[in-house]
Amino acid sequence: MTATVKPGAVAEVRDVVAWAAGEQKPLEIVGGGSKRDFGQPFQAAYRLDLSGLAGVTLYEPAEMVLTALAGTRLTEIEALLAEHGQELPFEPGDWGPIYGLTRGASTLGGVIACNLSGPRRVKAGAARDHFIGLAGISGRAEVIKSGGRVVKNVTGYDLCKLLAGSHGQLMALTEITLKVGPRAEKARTLLLFGLDEVRGSQALRSAAGSPCEPSGLAHLPAAVAARSRVDLVVEAGTSVTAIRVEGPGPSVDYRLARLKETLAVGVRCEELHSMRSRKLWAEVRDVAPLLPDAGRQLWRLSVPPASAAEVAANLRQDLGEGVELLFDWAGGLIWLALPALADAGQAHVRAALAGGGHATLVRADVETRGRVAVFPPLAPGLAALEHRVRAAFDPLGLFNLGRLGLAA
Amino acid sequence: MQMPPPEAATIARRPRLVERLRGILPEDAVIVAEDALRAYECDGLSAYRQLPLIVVLPETTEEVSAILRLCQAEGVKIVPRGAGTSLSGGALPLADGITLGLGKFNRILDIDFANRCVVAQPGVTNLAITQAVAHAGFYYAPDPSSQIACTIGGNVAENSGGVHCLKYGLTTNNLLGLELVLMGGEVVRLGGKHLDAEGLDLLGLMTGSEGLLGVITEVTVRILRRPETARAVLAGFASSEAAGDCVARIIGAGIIPAGMEMMDRFAIHAADDFAHCGYPRDVEALLIIELDGPEVEVEHLLDRVRELAQAAGATVLRLSRDEAERVAFWEGRKAAFPAVGRISPDYYCMDGTIPRGRLPQVLTAIGEMSSRYGLRCANVFHAGDGNLHPLILYDANVPGELALAEEFGAEILKLCVAVGGVLTGEHGVGVEKRDLMGVMFNDDDLKQQQRVKCAFDPDHRLNPGKVFPVLHRCAELGRLHVQRGRLPFPDLPRF
Repeated sequence: MTATVKPGAVAEVRDVVAWAAGEQKPLEIVGGGSKRDFGQPFQAAYRLDLSGLAGVTLYEPAEMVLTALAGTRLTEIEALLAEHGQELPFEPGDWGPIYGLTRGASTLGGVIACNLSGPRRVKAGAARDHFIGLAGISGRAEVIKSGGRVVKNVTGYDLCKLLAGSHGQLMALTEITLKVGPRAEKARTLLLFGLDEVRGSQALRSAAGSPCEPSGLAHLPAAVAARSRVDLVVEAGTSVTAIRVEGPGPSVDYRLARLKETLAVGVRCEELHSMRSRKLWAEVRDVAPLLPDAGRQLWRLSVPPASAAEVAANLRQDLGEGVELLFDWAGGLIWLALPALADAGQAHVRAALAGGGHATLVRADVETRGRVAVFPPLAPGLAALEHRVRAAFDPLGLFNLGRLGLAA
Repeated sequence: MQMPPPEAATIARRPRLVERLRGILPEDAVIVAEDALRAYECDGLSAYRQLPLIVVLPETTEEVSAILRLCQAEGVKIVPRGAGTSLSGGALPLADGITLGLGKFNRILDIDFANRCVVAQPGVTNLAITQAVAHAGFYYAPDPSSQIACTIGGNVAENSGGVHCLKYGLTTNNLLGLELVLMGGEVVRLGGKHLDAEGLDLLGLMTGSEGLLGVITEVTVRILRRPETARAVLAGFASSEAAGDCVARIIGAGIIPAGMEMMDRFAIHAADDFAHCGYPRDVEALLIIELDGPEVEVEHLLDRVRELAQAAGATVLRLSRDEAERVAFWEGRKAAFPAVGRISPDYYCMDGTIPRGRLPQVLTAIGEMSSRYGLRCANVFHAGDGNLHPLILYDANVPGELALAEEFGAEILKLCVAVGGVLTGEHGVGVEKRDLMGVMFNDDDLKQQQRVKCAFDPDHRLNPGKVFPVLHRCAELGRLHVQRGRLPFPDLPRF
């Protein structure tokens, strides 16, 4: 049984890492624990629980900047921002339910470590684009800071980018500064019914390339749409292609009308207003319609958007009718759910990416994750470079290396 | 400005290096004649000059790879260079180093409207990317003021911004993929036409790394649909406090303008004298606020911006009625640098960023410094994102005045850091701000950054003398001192 250490202050985190370095004891870094089943299964000598490092330490709405300790709950940050009419523009999801856990455990550190971005990523950018300052403890037990609290900053290397999506392998992040944004006055979603994957993804790309600045572009095949809890989506009884516009009232009305004019020709359509719109995009963000069957394996594919329909067709052909998927990011993101396979279909999934992109196995049982490359395999030169970069932060391989399936 | 001492042995080996380079490149792509080298002796920070040992102008990734392999094997330093528009000396040559110019990498390789991206060689200019996609209603968003000359490779190396980055982001937010050559010649590809590149975000690390980590040979950027319309507001204020208040009110109302620029009285007068743009001359601060998007949205937001500006006490308020007038509003701002150049033999452009709310305090302090140093200073400011460009006027022919201007500039940057800001917002550290890095970072922070450098270039051959005030040997940085001991804080909760 792994012992857990739960520091309550940054200095204590440093001391724990110093001890782990001296004893050469690898650490598993954990925040709220909502994504512990993400990644290759591994055993670390100690679990470093950062959820005690919680609290917003700076929030200046007029500067659109927020700093919080890494263990701060995402829900707390979102509630605080909402009080001031602001939000996290990158719309991070809560992955707890993917792993059968209740909502609300997710921490800011975990969101950043996984670079989680939701549907608005197409317009507003990813978590990494909003991550402007950090403090953390390196594998040498040194307190390191980088970036700052201003958006425009090219002073030294942008280590925030490196840490976003690093899955805890470089440093134990202790403090995170984010650029936040105003919450849109109004949001509406255009639903197009009955398009197949080719026409659905075309409609999404056409909207993405229009001056209508959509902030959500998703396609749900009929079987997936049927599992939505939004009445107009379920009752459609067919596939649903959803396009969200957000902004000042008159602008939203105008842009929605324009999208309808160009995309809803000969296609049945409907509109979702505030509450329903929010509900649908939360479902897309958290992949809710693909989750009910907990035995299914879940992949996340990032692809060139124009290849989405072809990738989907390849997946169906190679993996059979049990394949379920949905498109987000105008087709640039494909969520794929499969009936459990011993190898999670990895050869077929990765072969489907011939046009570029990569695939990550987000959910599978522990045995399968032990057999399969959960994260995208890298070209040998790139893998060697990454190894050197990791060693620059964590020379002893103390942090989460097993999660990436990597050796120290 | 101290650069790493030139290695006499390398300089002595010049003929042999030239011969080896001519084995890789055509004769005319290896420049050795002094008058031809002269064209490369400085970049946009022309106060510092140095003739390079040799200049090479490769045309293919394979050639770049062979050059870097040679430099690694021979232990020769190398300085990558795009168009040479850096304002921080990022492309300043070394007496014992080869300058690698990427000017021949000037082709756009792929325009992909379906995936909304462009693949270009690094020597393509920023503006050329927009021009290549404009016919279809698209553009490349980051627009540094040097965009007609600066290259996309240089933009990546410096993480360039521009007046529109408040709404559309910097280079790093618009970059999808890179091909780069590491010291030693290895070619690595990062990202592609998809979002969120696999593995560690080396794409993000490379952006703004100032040519210290690798030589970029291909760039993939995202393109955006041109907004339907853009209009600008010109608002004059009796004080910088009132103008700053207006900026805070606009952001506070949840409005993110496409651009929001501020000028102080001195800059307004200089710009108006030069460009005759009809700026109000009896105000202390001028804001140019640009809104873009669908016409109905722009109209709606213009009304709100007008109300907010009035509430903040604007004494002059003009809304552009047509495209010509919008362009005219910008003319003075865009001419601010040459306008200052006309009234002073030399000027020194600073680039700190501060939290927006500290603007009045910082402007007041700059005013005091200006009297103390006896040097005039014009302030132009990307007000939306807090990026300040004080222009310090001096005369290089007056002995000691350059040093005084540099001292003045350093004091401004230290103040930026003291109020919660940073040394450089978009121009880069280069050689210019190298020795100030200690104001913002402690020794551990800087050593950590250099360890990252060591992962790419263990012998410090790539653009040495830039960014880091002290060059530690990688072997020394790699040493680890750990002590076995008891788990501290025995009273920490454990389960």
